[in-house]
Amino acid sequence: MKVLKLITRNAGRHKLRTILTVLGLALAVMAFGLIRTFIDAWYAGARASAPDRLVTRHAVSIIFTLPIAYKEQILQVEGVKDITFGSWFGGIYIDPKNFFAQFAVEPESFFRVYPEYIVPPDQMQAFLQDRRGVIAGQGLVDRFGWKVGDQISLIGTIYPGDWQFVIRGIYQGSNPDIDETAFVFNYDYIDERMKQESPGRAGEIGWYILKIDDPSRAAEISSRIDARFDNSRAETRTETEKEFALSFIAMSDAIIIGLRIISYLIIGVIFLVLANTMAMAARERVSENAFMRTLGFRGYHLVGLILGESLVIAAMGGIAGMILLYLVGTGVGVALSQFFPGFAINPATYLLALITAVLIGIAASIFPIVRALRINIVDGLRVVD
Amino acid sequence: MIPPSYAIRNILKHKVTSTLTVAGITLVVFVFAGSMMLSNGLNETLVATGHPENVTVIRKSSQTEVQSIISYDQAQIIKSSPEIAKDSDGNPLYANEVYVLISLPKRKSGEEANIVVRGISEKSMAVRPNVKLIEGRMWQDPGSEIIAGVSAAERYKGCAVGEKVRFGSRDWTVVGIFEAGGTGYESEIWCDIIQAADAFRRPVYSSLTLRLADTTQFAAFKERIENDPRVPLEIKREKDYYAAQSRTISTFINITGTVISFIFSLGAIVGAMITMYAAVANRTKEIGTLRALGFSRFSILTTFLFEALLISAIGGAFGVLAAYFLNFVRISTTNWDTFSEIAFNFNLSPEIALTAVIFALVMGFVGGFLPAVRASRLQIIESLRA
Repeated sequence: MKVLKLITRNAGRHKLRTILTVLGLALAVMAFGLIRTFIDAWYAGARASAPDRLVTRHAVSIIFTLPIAYKEQILQVEGVKDITFGSWFGGIYIDPKNFFAQFAVEPESFFRVYPEYIVPPDQMQAFLQDRRGVIAGQGLVDRFGWKVGDQISLIGTIYPGDWQFVIRGIYQGSNPDIDETAFVFNYDYIDERMKQESPGRAGEIGWYILKIDDPSRAAEISSRIDARFDNSRAETRTETEKEFALSFIAMSDAIIIGLRIISYLIIGVIFLVLANTMAMAARERVSENAFMRTLGFRGYHLVGLILGESLVIAAMGGIAGMILLYLVGTGVGVALSQFFPGFAINPATYLLALITAVLIGIAASIFPIVRALRINIVDGLRVVD
Repeated sequence: MIPPSYAIRNILKHKVTSTLTVAGITLVVFVFAGSMMLSNGLNETLVATGHPENVTVIRKSSQTEVQSIISYDQAQIIKSSPEIAKDSDGNPLYANEVYVLISLPKRKSGEEANIVVRGISEKSMAVRPNVKLIEGRMWQDPGSEIIAGVSAAERYKGCAVGEKVRFGSRDWTVVGIFEAGGTGYESEIWCDIIQAADAFRRPVYSSLTLRLADTTQFAAFKERIENDPRVPLEIKREKDYYAAQSRTISTFINITGTVISFIFSLGAIVGAMITMYAAVANRTKEIGTLRALGFSRFSILTTFLFEALLISAIGGAFGVLAAYFLNFVRISTTNWDTFSEIAFNFNLSPEIALTAVIFALVMGFVGGFLPAVRASRLQIIESLRA
């Protein structure tokens, strides 16, 4: 107990310095946590994927389309319970800056295969009855201040021309990882116009999403589907929804790696700030430490005192950082929710931040400890600052 | 005034503390400069991809070549425009191309990424004078041979000379590697347009690239074509077309980089403050002595501020030096505007180096100001007694 008191007194000797150190640590711990959370959010799409869903796309790349006739053929494959499809629309809402994802889907089956998109039944009914109807995510609706009944006009980039939509419903995700920024509408709307304007592009869709009866058979079912379309006009590539989502994330892996490197460099800054403070304390206390040793304190007493002080400051910084992370992270999550779903702080991030702070507390005390132990008593007492 | 050597000697005296503080600023400047170099590198690559005298034609509001579709009839109308420059044989400098994305596994990770396959026509090389074959040869059998950009060849399985890639239900042999002055074309595979149209079942063009006889006629040409109801097409300067493709990702990198550097810099500022407050506390007696000798409060303030700025300038210089080595790092990422992967280098420009050093000095100023004020406010008698 006495030792603890000595440690806290030591830490409180230069109040301003200790406060600054704790502040610096807290800011760095917060930044570390925010970057981690940002990286986690990147993977929200993969986390939101269901193990019993597969995605079938064109084997060459996602920009190539598949015939709508594949639907019945895939459904015949044993193990496939349900199927729906989607196409990327890529329209511009007023300005390209207002980017959001738009999917042309088969209305009924889409919401059957994705039960996590929750739509009030009356809105769903209205959507199914309107060819130009749209179900939009809560985040998207909030971003542009839309409401049910609003007319939305998009300029097509893939499907040329102007397109008029009516918001018929708003969906919410059943858990925080679900993207609430999508704009979902009836595929028939674009297909009808394609039939008139460019018949070669009618009856073509982007990808199929299938529900299977047993997730453990995913690989087997995938290869049977792909084998069915081998050497056909459009060969397919089937994978689990998770692999499909991860392949998109992998496309930007250079950015994720960059962010990870930065998060490690932040640990470096935390270390430098704390090591600086501890080195100063060590320098000031050379003669004092020598004095303690003449009184009979042993080397391990000094080790305990210095390590303890470093840990106390690191823990304070770590805890303050976690509080900051909670406050700022929640705020950022709310601010970003309209653009970037899934920004939520993982409990593991808090733990990781605290462990990092403690490890840094240990590392920062090494130099002062070595210095305190190496100097002999006589030299220590002789030091004049 | 107190001579500058006073501050320099003080920095040198406290080696550990000075080193730790400098290191903190170095790290922050490194990250700051690194993020700017990243978006600059991408920008430079894409801006350089566009030739200043070329004009790109894509379908109206299609944004990029991937989404664009131009029918053969529409292309013919453009091709017969009198504004197009002629080469020595009297043929128009006009190239129609098919542009598709295919996913291929990367050499290193085995992960698939989207790579551009461009089906080129007769004059494609002529409108892009920076494209040169550096290895192998041009295709002789356009039905089974292709050439690859130098950075595509490096990154993707099957894209080096002699190797085979499969796409469009066919095997293709890479017979040549081309360089394009570090531009985006180096991340592409090129093949013959007729073969590409057949293999990908695309009986249309994606884009037209042409050279105007008189570039000052650009606005007039654009207006004439865009008002022609037979051709729902968009005319852009090639430079603007490519520059626009870096917008989303550069903005993302710039915003993320700035926010991270800002939070990061607070840590370094706190570090500098700790160091400078300690410097003031350790030298209370000295400051009293200096004041007693007749140095003014102002000169005490400036000498401490100078010390802080000096530390941060050293940190800034080291940070920029470390960032300089990033110039040799080549990275590749999917460009969100085109959905294809592009390789580029970090690019340190003099402006970035200058901004980074100024950023360091600002950190030093903010961190050193309060301690310097405290130093200048010390009472002579009390500080001499300390």
